[in-house]
Amino acid sequence: MEVFLEQFINGLTIGSFYALIALGYSMVYGILKLINFAHGDFFTLGSYVGYTVLVFGSAVVTTHFGLWGGLIAAMIVAAACVAFMGVVVERAAYRPIYPAGRLPAVVSALGASIFIQNTIMVIWGPRYQAYPASLIPNIHIQIGGLHITMLQIVILAMSFMLLGILYWIIQKTTFGAAIRATALDKDTASLMGIDFNKVIFFIFTLGPALGAITGVMVGMYYRQISFTMGWNYGLKAFTATILGGIGNLPGAMFGGLILGVLEMFGAAYISAAWKDVFVFLILILVLIFRPTGLFGEKVAEKV
Amino acid sequence: MVDSDLRNTQPIVLETKNLTKVFGGLTAVNAFDSHVHKGEICSLIGPNGAGKTTVFNAVTGIYTPEKGHIIFNGSYITGHKPHHIVAAGIARTFQNIRLFPNMTCLENIMAGQHCRISSGLWGAVLRSSRQKQEEQETRNVAESRIRQIRLWDYRHELAKNIAYGSQRMLEIARALATNPTLLVLDEPSSGLNPKETEDLMEFLTGLINEEDITILLIEHDMNVVMGISDWVIVMDEGKKIAEGRPEQIYHNLRVIEAYLGSDDG
Amino acid sequence: MIEETKRMGMERFFGSYQSLFFITMTLFIIYPFMVSDYYIDVAFFFGIYALLGLSLNIVLGEVGLFDLGHAGFYAIGAYTTAILNTKFGVPILILLPVSALAAALFAYLVCSPIIHLRGDYLCIVTIGMGEIVRIALINNPFDLTGGPNGVYGIDFPSLGGPFVIDSSIEYYFLIWLVVALSIYGLIRLQHSHIGRAWNYIREDEVAAGASGVDVRHYKLLAFVLGAALAGVAGNIYASKLMCVSPESFSFWESCLMFCIVLIGGMGSIPGVLIGAAFISLFPEIFRPFAMYRMLIFGTVMILMMMFRPGGAWPRKRSGIEFTSFLTRKDRRRDG
Repeated sequence: MEVFLEQFINGLTIGSFYALIALGYSMVYGILKLINFAHGDFFTLGSYVGYTVLVFGSAVVTTHFGLWGGLIAAMIVAAACVAFMGVVVERAAYRPIYPAGRLPAVVSALGASIFIQNTIMVIWGPRYQAYPASLIPNIHIQIGGLHITMLQIVILAMSFMLLGILYWIIQKTTFGAAIRATALDKDTASLMGIDFNKVIFFIFTLGPALGAITGVMVGMYYRQISFTMGWNYGLKAFTATILGGIGNLPGAMFGGLILGVLEMFGAAYISAAWKDVFVFLILILVLIFRPTGLFGEKVAEKV
Repeated sequence: MVDSDLRNTQPIVLETKNLTKVFGGLTAVNAFDSHVHKGEICSLIGPNGAGKTTVFNAVTGIYTPEKGHIIFNGSYITGHKPHHIVAAGIARTFQNIRLFPNMTCLENIMAGQHCRISSGLWGAVLRSSRQKQEEQETRNVAESRIRQIRLWDYRHELAKNIAYGSQRMLEIARALATNPTLLVLDEPSSGLNPKETEDLMEFLTGLINEEDITILLIEHDMNVVMGISDWVIVMDEGKKIAEGRPEQIYHNLRVIEAYLGSDDG
Repeated sequence: MIEETKRMGMERFFGSYQSLFFITMTLFIIYPFMVSDYYIDVAFFFGIYALLGLSLNIVLGEVGLFDLGHAGFYAIGAYTTAILNTKFGVPILILLPVSALAAALFAYLVCSPIIHLRGDYLCIVTIGMGEIVRIALINNPFDLTGGPNGVYGIDFPSLGGPFVIDSSIEYYFLIWLVVALSIYGLIRLQHSHIGRAWNYIREDEVAAGASGVDVRHYKLLAFVLGAALAGVAGNIYASKLMCVSPESFSFWESCLMFCIVLIGGMGSIPGVLIGAAFISLFPEIFRPFAMYRMLIFGTVMILMMMFRPGGAWPRKRSGIEFTSFLTRKDRRRDG
């Protein structure tokens, strides 16, 4: 039972990473029908920027802000840099391509992804980098037979807080409604007075920023980062987006969490080597029986 | 206008029995009975949302009804796939024209002949004599249909580039290229100006006179309904509420309009 | 009318480009005799990517199905050849059709349950399939696939006796012969009812069905044929390299193939050749730029889509360029 709970918590942790990245994916995908391959690389970039802040700025930051301040600073700097990159990429690589349709946009996104990935490699080098070890005190906690670390608690808390805030923004605020409306039908939304450019700006800053913060968290959790890790996370996040249903933002969040949990259970009860296969098989099965995703997309085709 | 004793002398081409289609909580079509006789032009009318297109979609295989049956020339076609139904002899057009926009007008019409081709992969790659023959036949049929709708000069033009009225006719020609016995047209006059509508009416009556065909149409334009129909069926909220000859329905229409008038909101 | 029929097919394709065609053919034939083995091999891999591009073009270019897992079929072909040759001694040439069949069968089995999925969902499923194949290859089930190191010791294709294909020049001609034959077959298909059916599905699936096209059948056919061609590429690749490993068949490879079709021009055979040239020759030409190479590559991809979204050589339908297929805007409400 303890193993089950531990795996569940592990699954929720990694699932929350997927969920946060998936949100960024889903916003762009729902509104622009663009598979933003570069999104995974925003995540990676954030991770590396955070690394730089923590490793090279650690003396400065920790003396002025303390350990927690250091972390927060790293996240803020990472989020800001990557949000900036997000806007740049949207203006340079995507906006000119919108009129050409979906498929050229995919190629352009791949090009942007290659560009960002290799920029990271050029700046930081092709080898793995490591996050500093003692960021979060290495405290182990025992609840009954359940073994959990301080790090996990912190990460889980941060992710779920972020997810909660986002869920609230999307579901409960007017601007969130504007985003959801645009994701469903952007022409009508703009006719209703929603400023499309504002929405685009928002999704291309918030999405990448979220990805960046997730990158820092991943760096903290796994310690090792590489410039190609965006690929894998991006793919999982895209899977979560589809699993949850296209254009369905809360769906993407839950999709990410479910994906993470499934992956952990697959690793624990089937085999670590086959866990991804397990996850993809589940995805395929879900789509066979629910062709519009677990939570359904909100679009229908009238014949 | 054709002899109105048609209904008594000609066999039933299409029959729907208790046709019912439900979407989630909405019953779009409810116990719909109808029959269309050979050689007639039958119009299906009613307010928006009455279920007319849903009936068409059920008849042409896009939807499978929850209850009821569709019988075409004596055989049950309920729930069959669209391409089987086309091969059996029913061809349709769509409310919002669905052409192949980036293909030429001729290629669009050639699609109709697809169900009449029997050669397969190897025939196509190796250009067997049967395949060559069937290709030639496809071209012949398409060319004669495009002449019929007077778009010969536009045959190599991309379908998206021709005028709206021509696009409507092109879609009808594509349906005709399937060699159908029943032609099902969804609001064919929608978006046409009065002259084009007149041409359409002439075209359809010409079809009935010259070819062995039956026409079922959804229409909102009462000129068309009154002008060329032999029989009119009225739907509202998924049910048939009246049917009869055009003149009968027209007088009944006063009642229906009153009904509709109180309903619009 | 008969002249028009004749104009569809070979004559029409080559008619306007006859001189270009003959010059290219001559260059192709004398090229390997004029350069070193290294550059012949570059041209060999150009040929492999051309074949892969042509195979994906059937699915993506003609039918418009969003396939990002095509490397999986390539892998099945390569590993079928590798395993049956090294473990059971089956000759390579016989394995050519066998690999094609294996990949085709795999495509049939795997795509049948999911072929009805709409574009974007199909996309993620194809990605998933590709990944499942790759991971399965790494995990070495039943000790068949050699794990991350792959399978090595693959033979050369031979017709017996002295007729062995083992030199760069011979491989060059082999792959380009196969590409030429494939192009022949594909052009025939393009100008037949099958090619038209594929295009009808791409333009409007519902209208295609309503016009009598068995949509499911043709979609599956496209996948099966595409897989078969990719399997052939896998066979030739495996015997050329003499070993295969999972990293050659990653999601990245699928993306490269996708780019070949898009950059060249969807549904356009000359376009695919140009796309394949770009993908395979670009890294060579830009080798001196070392690590900035990929930065340039990514930038060029973006610029290509900005200025030529229809591809380098878009598919022409009766002399009108095919670029605006990609714009899904409905311009029919004109008033």
